[in-house]
Amino acid sequence: MDFDWQPVWLTLKLAGTTTVLLLIIGTPIAWWLARTQAWYKQALAAVVALPLVLPPTVLGFYLLIMLAPGGPVGQLTQALGIGTLPFTFEGLVFASVLYSLPCVVQPLQNAFEALGPRPMEVASTLRASPWDRFITVVIPLARPGFLTAAVLCFAHTIGEFGVVLMIGGNIPGETKVLSVAIYDHVESLEYDQAHLLAAGMLAFSFLVLMTLYLANGRYTRSHQP
Amino acid sequence: MSEIEVQISNRLGDFDLDVAFSVPAQGVTALFGASGSGKTSLLRAIAGLERPTQGLVRISDEVWQDQHSFRPPHRRALGYVFQEASLFPHLSVRRNLEYGMRRVAEKDRLIPFHDVVELLGIAGLLKRETHKLSGGERQRVAIARALLTSPKLLLMDEPLSALDHGAKQLILPYLESLHDEFGIPSIYVSHDPNEVARLADRMVLLERGKMIASGDAANLLTRLDLPLSGYGDASALLEGTVSSHDNSYHLTWISLHGNRVAVPREDLPVGRHARVQIQARDVSLAMHAHSDTSILNILPARVIDTHDVDQTQMLVRLELEDGQTLLSRITRRSAMGMGIHEGMLLYAQVKSVALIA
Repeated sequence: MDFDWQPVWLTLKLAGTTTVLLLIIGTPIAWWLARTQAWYKQALAAVVALPLVLPPTVLGFYLLIMLAPGGPVGQLTQALGIGTLPFTFEGLVFASVLYSLPCVVQPLQNAFEALGPRPMEVASTLRASPWDRFITVVIPLARPGFLTAAVLCFAHTIGEFGVVLMIGGNIPGETKVLSVAIYDHVESLEYDQAHLLAAGMLAFSFLVLMTLYLANGRYTRSHQP
Repeated sequence: MSEIEVQISNRLGDFDLDVAFSVPAQGVTALFGASGSGKTSLLRAIAGLERPTQGLVRISDEVWQDQHSFRPPHRRALGYVFQEASLFPHLSVRRNLEYGMRRVAEKDRLIPFHDVVELLGIAGLLKRETHKLSGGERQRVAIARALLTSPKLLLMDEPLSALDHGAKQLILPYLESLHDEFGIPSIYVSHDPNEVARLADRMVLLERGKMIASGDAANLLTRLDLPLSGYGDASALLEGTVSSHDNSYHLTWISLHGNRVAVPREDLPVGRHARVQIQARDVSLAMHAHSDTSILNILPARVIDTHDVDQTQMLVRLELEDGQTLLSRITRRSAMGMGIHEGMLLYAQVKSVALIA
């Protein structure tokens, strides 16, 4: 049997890129949500959580309209000379970042809130500037939160289907990711191929989650207060 | 201008904090008051952890905040010891100690690492993880960590309150020696009169966010108009020097400028400064100096004022020949029988004296 590795690599590339981008974007959002007393905090938290409850096709539909040549984002990307994003890998990354945002923001926000203000205060009385405190105290202490966020985001992006179908279509090497490939195989009754990919994803997901639980369990045991 | 000046006004909901005091930049100043009196809020404001509506904090010629400027905590040369040790759980004891020290320029590190570690008795703990320490050990590490930033002011927020009695007794001698060893002025928050008696040189008394008195600790502890003497264990502090040792009867004599009192034999050099605590209930009064009594410590004293504790007992405030103050608790009936009045000369018979520093 001739196995097509391309969707696997493409999926890993998409999930990896999304995870890295989201850790960069999501950390300040989560930090702000954990610290702020602003009245619109809950509204913003709800916006961040939207992709969790929204049917992926709805998200994909609105993204498609926005990113299309006539849409507001589409006009911007054209003006910037990037062209249009739908049915490209970059477009998939854009959609995935929005789609997986809550998977990163929520665990991080919980981790930051659980820390409380005390470690930061202690560090500030030990001459550490705000940035210094974040790097040397918050990140190490919130490590389980970062690990959870990264793994959830990676896994969630691998599993996305509706959004991809709406905005990415099914272009081999560009937007044809695992979940779409499996769907394709089933449609054309290639159950052997579908089994291989589906079982691979099942094993992969299990391994990822087990690694996460083991790592967090060990960390928690060695950092009892 | 070697003094610490603090003026803080802050409105937090229905709690008003409004305190102003100025103390010499040396020794230990206790912020004393019941819980809810604003001690911790005041200490946090001095550190810059809270931003008060109005505030002035000045340490000698360094202004930490006034109407125009506010230095955040990390730009104030302070050490802060929290109620709970709050060690960083992701760092070893040594890395905790080094955390603040590394952030201070090398030329400003005035306190050597090894001196602090020796003084606080934590040399054996350096390689440990923080979660394997006992409560007392953690608090000693926290104190050392604050000291290692070579602060100009050490702020301590009831550092002993989370510890049990035994651990407290173990850590108190370390706190006492801090001041002598490093000469860093400190502000010490406490609600325990005995802790204050042992550690403080001066006191600032707080009640519901307002300062009700400030001054010499020995003086304030015996003032009958303040809540301090109202505690069941009212006591007086006396300063003196070690004058001689009596080896045959196992006693150490402490001289109080002319008079002397005996304490159980302590191995201290003659001439060393000594602070003793005398409980009011251990002091009885006599019209004449009796030699036919078992009591060794008899001090001539003059009555300054009196105050009824309840319907049976009263406190008598006495001035010794050297001007220091002593408290005596007697029954109102005895006072009536002896005709005790202001200015009266008496002999205070002190049953027991505790050497505390």
